[in-house]
Amino acid sequence: MSDINRYTISIYTENNVGLLNRVSAIFLKRHINFLSFSTSQSEIPNVFRFVIVVKVTEDKIIKLVQQIEKQIDVIKAFYHTDEETIFQESALYKVKSSYLFEERQIQNIIKDSHANIVTVSPEFFVIEKTGFRHETEKLREDLAPYGLLQFVRSGRISVTKAPMGISEILNNFNNQNNG
Amino acid sequence: MEKQPPLHISGAEAVIRCLLAEGADLIYGYPGGAIMPIYDELYKFSDQLRHVLTRHEQGATHAAQGFARTSGKVGIAMATSGPGATNLVTGIADAQIDSTPMVCITGQVASHLLGSDAFQETDIIGISTPVTKWNYQITKASEIPEIMAKAFYVASSGRPGPVLIDITKDAQFEMFDFSYEKCKGVRSYQPIPQLQLNQVEAAAKAINVAKKPMIVWGQGVILGEAEEEFKNFVESSGIPAVWTILGLSALPTKHPLNMGMVGMHGNYGPNLLTNECDVLIAIGMRFDDRVTGNLATYAKQAKVVHLEIDPAEISKNVHAHYPVLGDCKKSLSALTPLVEYKELTNWKAEFAAHMATEFDKVIKGDIQPTKEGLTMGEAIASINKHTGGDAVIVTDVGQHQMVACRYAEFIRSKSSVTSGGLGTMGFALPAAIGAKMGAHDRHVVAVIGDGGYQMTIQELGTIFQTGTAVKIVVLNNDYLGMVRQWQQLFFDKRYASTEMTNPDFVIIAKGYNIDAKRVTKREELDQAVGEMIASDKPYFLEVCVEKEDNVFPMIPTGASVSDIRLQ
Repeated sequence: MSDINRYTISIYTENNVGLLNRVSAIFLKRHINFLSFSTSQSEIPNVFRFVIVVKVTEDKIIKLVQQIEKQIDVIKAFYHTDEETIFQESALYKVKSSYLFEERQIQNIIKDSHANIVTVSPEFFVIEKTGFRHETEKLREDLAPYGLLQFVRSGRISVTKAPMGISEILNNFNNQNNG
Repeated sequence: MEKQPPLHISGAEAVIRCLLAEGADLIYGYPGGAIMPIYDELYKFSDQLRHVLTRHEQGATHAAQGFARTSGKVGIAMATSGPGATNLVTGIADAQIDSTPMVCITGQVASHLLGSDAFQETDIIGISTPVTKWNYQITKASEIPEIMAKAFYVASSGRPGPVLIDITKDAQFEMFDFSYEKCKGVRSYQPIPQLQLNQVEAAAKAINVAKKPMIVWGQGVILGEAEEEFKNFVESSGIPAVWTILGLSALPTKHPLNMGMVGMHGNYGPNLLTNECDVLIAIGMRFDDRVTGNLATYAKQAKVVHLEIDPAEISKNVHAHYPVLGDCKKSLSALTPLVEYKELTNWKAEFAAHMATEFDKVIKGDIQPTKEGLTMGEAIASINKHTGGDAVIVTDVGQHQMVACRYAEFIRSKSSVTSGGLGTMGFALPAAIGAKMGAHDRHVVAVIGDGGYQMTIQELGTIFQTGTAVKIVVLNNDYLGMVRQWQQLFFDKRYASTEMTNPDFVIIAKGYNIDAKRVTKREELDQAVGEMIASDKPYFLEVCVEKEDNVFPMIPTGASVSDIRLQ
C-alpha cells in the first residue's frame, strides 16, 4: 500500500468557471504536486475532461479521487496506472533555421525521431513530436547541443483501455428526472 | 399546474423571492455597498423575511449555523463584498467541517469591474472554494433562480454543507423575467448513495457474531433525522453506544445504553473499550483525529462496520471492513430487523466499572467539589438541575466546552450546538442567537470561556437589539484554559500568552441592558443559575471558577485511546 506509483487521474466535469481551482485545491490541501495536467472537451458535448498525473501511494490516490468526485460539478473521477491507459504527450521545439543548413546532424536527428516540421521561417523552424515522455525527452536532449530557442511539452493526455461509462451516468440521471 | 406569467423584476428582488420560495423567513447579515440593492428589497419584504443585523459578519455565519443546528433548516447569512465576504470565511469553514447546511450570499463589485482591484473587491469565490461544498458567482440576473435553487438543494441534501453565492451589483440591478423552480437534482451530484442490501446483510452478519460490539455514533444520526431509527437499533440489538462530540443529544443522556463520549476528553470506558471491542459500529461519524488518537493503535482488534452517507469517508482514516453506504435513517431501518438482541451483561459491566473509576477519580471532584474554588463541572450540573436536561446548550471551544459536553444532560436531540471540527473560538455567542431563533420555545444556554467570549462579544449588541432570550454563562478562569492546561502538561508550565486580564463582564452586559450577575462562591451558584433560567429575557451570568483546573480524562495528542489519563 505504501509504494509510490504514477497514476493518471481522469475527471469528467461540468464546464464551470472555478472548477479548476476547486480540483487543484484538493491537491494543494494535501501538499501534492501535479506531474502534469491537461484539460479539454471530452467525447460528450458540454462535458470536460481533466487528465492529471501524480506520483503517490495507492491509498492516497483512492482518497484523492474520492475527494475529487465529491465535488458537486464533478460527474465522475477515475484513477489508472500507466498499464491501464493509452497515453501520449506532445512537445514543440523551436530551433534557429540556420542550424538546419549548417549542422547536417540536425537533419538526421529530426528524421530519426519521426518528428513533424510545423513551420519554417528564415529565422527559426518549429518541430513537433508526440509520443511517450522518453521519446520527446530524447529529442530534446539531442537538439539541446544545437541551442533550443524554446521547448515546451504538453501535459499527458490519455484514454483508458476500459470503458468509462459517463454517458450511462448522464442518461440514468436524465431518465430518473424525466420518469 | 398552472403556470404563472413571469414577473419582470430586478435581480435583487429575485434573490428575495428565491429565499421565500425556499421557505426562508430569517436571515442574518450585515449590509454594505455591493449588496445594497438586495438590502433595499429586504426592506420592502421585511414583513415576510426577517433580517437580523449581527455586529460582525462572522457573527452572521455562526448565528446561521446555530439556527440550522436547532431547526434542521438551512441557515442563511448575507454580507457585502470585500471585507464583508472575507469575514464570513471562518463561519463557512466551520460549517464545512461540521456539515452544517448554510447558504451565504455576498455582494460583489459590478461585473465590468471584476479583476480591476475595485473598491471592496475580493475574489471570494477563490477564497471560499476550499471551504464550501459548492460556490458560484452570478453575473447575470437571469442566472439567479436556477443558481439559488441549486444552492439550497446542494446545501441541504446528502451530507449538508455551506454554499456561497456571489452576486455582482449589476446583476442585482438588472431587470429580467423571473420564474422559480425548485432544484430536484444535479446530474453531476448524487447526494445519497443507493443503499445496497448486500452491504446491510454483511454488516448484520458481522454484528450478530460479535461478543463485544460497540456503537459509535456521530452527527449523521441528527443530520439524517434518524434518532428514532437509531434508538430502535440500539435497543433491538442491546449494544452499548458511545458518541462523538457532534453526536451529542441524539440519544438521551440517561438512556441505559448510552455509555458516554469518545475522544480526547471523552469518557474513560468508551475510549479504553474502543481497543477491546470486537465489532465497532460507526454510524454517521468520520473518525476525526480527536476521536481516534493514534490511528496505528486504534481499534486494530475490531471489525469495523461503517454506516455513512459520504463515500469519501469510507476507509479515509479507519478501514471499514463492512461499509454500509447510504442515508442512516434508511440503512438503520434495514439493519435493525437483521440484528439479534444480546444481553451482553459482562460487556456492559465493563463500561459500568470504568465509569465507576472515572466517577471516583474525576467526575465527583468536578460536579460535587469539596475544594474551595468553583469548578466548571458544578456550574453545568446546576444548569442540568434547573433545565431538567431540556435546554439547548451552545458551547464555544476549550475547557468549558469539554466540561459542558461531558456533564450536560439531554433529553432530546438537536440540543447540543458546538464547534467541533474547526474548533472556532467565538462561535458560541452568535451561534446561541441563531439556536434560540431556531428553537423559540426552548431554553438556550450558551456556555463560554472568557477567551472565546471576547472574540465575538460584540454580538451582545445583536442580543440587545433583538431581545433574544439567550442565557450566557461565562466560565471565567482568567486564562485561555485549554492552552494553559497543555502548557502545564507538555510545555513545563511555561504559560506563554495565556493569562488574561479581563474587563468587568457584568458592567459590559449591563451596558447592553442585559441583566447580569457574577458568582464567586459556591453558595451563590445554584440560586443564580435558577434566577437566570427563570428569566424570560437575555441574561448574563459570570461564574468565576478555579484558575488552574484541568480537564480529565485526557488522551495526549498522538497517543493511543488506551493511554487515556485520569489525572
